[in-house]
Amino acid sequence: MFASNDKSDFLIGTATHGHHQIEMACETCHTDAFGGQDALQAACLNCHAQELEDAHDSHPKKKFTDPRNADLLEIIDARYCISCHTEHQEEQTHAMGVTIPEDYCYHCHQETLEQRESHKGLAFDTCASAGCHNFHDNRALYENFLVANANQPWLNQTRISPARNAAQLTAKKNSAGNHHDFSEYISKHQDIKQDWLASRHAEAGINCGGCHSANNSDQWLAKPGVSECRNCHANETEGFMAGKHGMRLSDKLSQRLNPITPAESRLSFKESSLHTQQGCNSCHSAHRFDTASAATEGCLSCHNDEHSLAFMDSPHGQLWQLEQAGEAEAGSGVSCASCHMPRIEEKQNGLNIVRVEHNQNMNLRPNEKMIRPVCMQCHSLEFSIDALADNDLIRNNFNGKPAVHIESMDWALKRNRNHSN
Amino acid sequence: MKNKSLLSLTLAFSLVGLAGCGEKPAAGIAPEKYTDSLFAVMKADRTNYTKLIVKRLGPKGANVIKPDEHWKDIENGAMLPAQMFRAGAEAVADMTDDFTYSLQSLWPINKQNAPKTPVEEAGLQYIVDNPGENYYGEEKLGDVTYFTAVYPDVAVSDACTSCHNDHKDTPKTDFKVGDVMGGVVIRVPL
Repeated sequence: MFASNDKSDFLIGTATHGHHQIEMACETCHTDAFGGQDALQAACLNCHAQELEDAHDSHPKKKFTDPRNADLLEIIDARYCISCHTEHQEEQTHAMGVTIPEDYCYHCHQETLEQRESHKGLAFDTCASAGCHNFHDNRALYENFLVANANQPWLNQTRISPARNAAQLTAKKNSAGNHHDFSEYISKHQDIKQDWLASRHAEAGINCGGCHSANNSDQWLAKPGVSECRNCHANETEGFMAGKHGMRLSDKLSQRLNPITPAESRLSFKESSLHTQQGCNSCHSAHRFDTASAATEGCLSCHNDEHSLAFMDSPHGQLWQLEQAGEAEAGSGVSCASCHMPRIEEKQNGLNIVRVEHNQNMNLRPNEKMIRPVCMQCHSLEFSIDALADNDLIRNNFNGKPAVHIESMDWALKRNRNHSN
Repeated sequence: MKNKSLLSLTLAFSLVGLAGCGEKPAAGIAPEKYTDSLFAVMKADRTNYTKLIVKRLGPKGANVIKPDEHWKDIENGAMLPAQMFRAGAEAVADMTDDFTYSLQSLWPINKQNAPKTPVEEAGLQYIVDNPGENYYGEEKLGDVTYFTAVYPDVAVSDACTSCHNDHKDTPKTDFKVGDVMGGVVIRVPL
């Protein structure tokens, strides 16, 4: 039993939505049978350290190691992820994979509820569940940010998405194979040739050998996979393997798993797509690699939930269709990817790199993570906070205005006014 | 600087043996001397950061950096001196358990930095009531006994006082340069 590759008998409970598809790669988390909490913590950080760093984590372990916090650690040992996120405990797991009662903020911050005028009388379990605070990521929620971004119009209609340039600027020279002449294959596949000629690969001079050569040799590779794409699209591949679509292919797993199929997922998917294994080509159909198609049709060919099905009739979907029909400016539409795989601008070696974040989970849970990189590209902070707190609006894909109002910005402004006076 | 020692100077770490009966005293260092030395380094670095970086390169100098509480969120943002100090304490905690230190105050902007233990409370009050003096004590936290030293944190620049006096969360608005604004608490497990 111990030596078997099938460790399903060891599962003590169903894993969370975040980990269920890799639960059979047990040693990814359970790296040491006797390592205890520290070994598990190292495993958590092996995958999640960078996102916590990027989120300006409000409660990093280092804030709790001072012995003066020993009394707090007796209530919640916040040095360890698993104190709040215990795996395989489905019956006690609630939003964000949290497995402790939702009044956890209160144990250390009760003085805020008692002393701050606006917070008096608030329920103990509403700090992180009402759109105001988040345990880890408060980049869009902290008080000064609320004040600095107050009183803005709800919509900025002039926003145009920046053009992508990551592969062009960051791919290593000659990384796309050695460009062997495989012209004998081209002559047999005129349809494929036409697709390729219409692609950005053709524009960039990446020919058949760029993808179809095994290990940069002159040996023909019939079906290039994620590793070939990765040669030029490292950022995108890393993101893909960190998210729900590609995590089974991640280098960080203890063993290789088959790519996920919608049938193995927990969301609602179209019958026709249930057995489609997820890889680069499942969204970016081979040879044409049409990113516009990947940005919406790629998603909607599988996802079948209420939010997805409402997209085309939503204001975002309408803008997208206008752009695709050539009736609106390029970059003015809003696709599924605009929100779930947004374009991220960052400086690297002095260059302004625009890449697509392929980890669809990066800004989704909690959804306040989406406010700055996505919503605020076009909408005000106040509108964004309210919209993301309105579950009905999320279900109909933001077809209308929020019926919910989160008061955090009002309170921040009031406190600011009182202080100024 | 006068020191108030609650502990005998003979108290030292485990590497200090009992001297007597003609035995040669074992090598060692008194805990006060150990924490005093640590504090000297902390104070020097903090003062240098405040004067040579923040003041020289900030809005009151070359104006090429922006010292700000939310420095990560600002282009050319730089840590405030108190944050630099805390970042040092956290980096040290990553490297060693042999000592910890923190910045606390009877008038903290962040309430998490108010004194929590009786020794912290007594020490922070003592350094305010007795300018120029330090405070030394011993306390048990969890299962561990600590030697705890509290050193005055004095406002060295008007940037310190104006920022604290004007902050919306400050419980005290009349700090002046030279005032004890809080204390550095150094803890050594015994």
